[in-house]
Amino acid sequence: MDKKLKSIAQKLAKKFDGQLDDSLEQARVIVPSGKIVELCKELRDKHDFESLTGFSVVDYHPQTEPRFHLIYQFRSIAQNIYLEVRMELNGSELLVDSVTGIYPGVNWYEREAWDMFGIQFEGHPDLRRLLMPYDWEGHPLRKDYPLGYEEVQFTFNYDEIAKRKPSPKE
Amino acid sequence: MGVEQKLGNLGFVTHKLEDVVNWSRTRAMWPMLFGLACCAIEMMAAEASDYDMSRFGMELMRASPRQSDLMIVAGRVSRKMAPVLRRLYDQMPEPKWVIAMGDCASCGGVFNNYAVVQGVDEIVPVDVYVAGCPPRPEALIHGVLALHEKVQTETMKDWA
Repeated sequence: MDKKLKSIAQKLAKKFDGQLDDSLEQARVIVPSGKIVELCKELRDKHDFESLTGFSVVDYHPQTEPRFHLIYQFRSIAQNIYLEVRMELNGSELLVDSVTGIYPGVNWYEREAWDMFGIQFEGHPDLRRLLMPYDWEGHPLRKDYPLGYEEVQFTFNYDEIAKRKPSPKE
Repeated sequence: MGVEQKLGNLGFVTHKLEDVVNWSRTRAMWPMLFGLACCAIEMMAAEASDYDMSRFGMELMRASPRQSDLMIVAGRVSRKMAPVLRRLYDQMPEPKWVIAMGDCASCGGVFNNYAVVQGVDEIVPVDVYVAGCPPRPEALIHGVLALHEKVQTETMKDWA
């Protein structure tokens, strides 16, 4: 692994009492929830990570502590290195500080995370749904969200399903 | 036999109004651009030079529902898109027809889940279903010709 990257990752893991996972030649820092804004500030101001290239969420249902991993991927163009920070989040506390104040580009990523996983971001300027309709209930990418299978209409059950299938009014 | 033999010296022909109106409707049935997914690629191929839908007077894909007669729903319709589709259908002037192109538009296809409408016939009345995933241009053209046949048999009673 890149020496510079390794030293940054080690410093970060020490400061925010996280763990450094450097398998597969990638730097991955797993930190407990909290302090994400501080962490981003440190990365941007002290270690030249100019951009947050990606942000996504993983649901580890039925595990509850932590249930979610919030994955922040940082990119330093000046040093040509990538760093991944994973923040653990328990299923009971779905409120996280927004990092839009530091990396404005994360705005829509956080909206998507709210839409799909129901994670709230405190301090986000416009936390609306991004993909699903605004009046949608529930957060579909959670592992406990029902997939919504509808019975398929074949020849043998055509009439039975036609009775309850909605049809348009002219 | 050309029309001039029927004309004689009178300068006019007599014919059934239904047939003439239906003929004119089928010979310039402008489809609306409604590509939603991969079926749209096949729809474009059907329009382009190899398959050339302009042979049937359908070369003009209108981007506006106000100028189109036929809605080819090409692709899966998500629940968020459904009200938009219905609204565009309502904005089309009468007479209007709908082709559900491909499995997704016809019955949901492989996307049997919470996000996709299980067939556009839940929200708009469909005239012709074209099977395939995606259907080849020949299949779409066959569907269009099937619709033309259907329109040709319409009577004055249907128009009212």
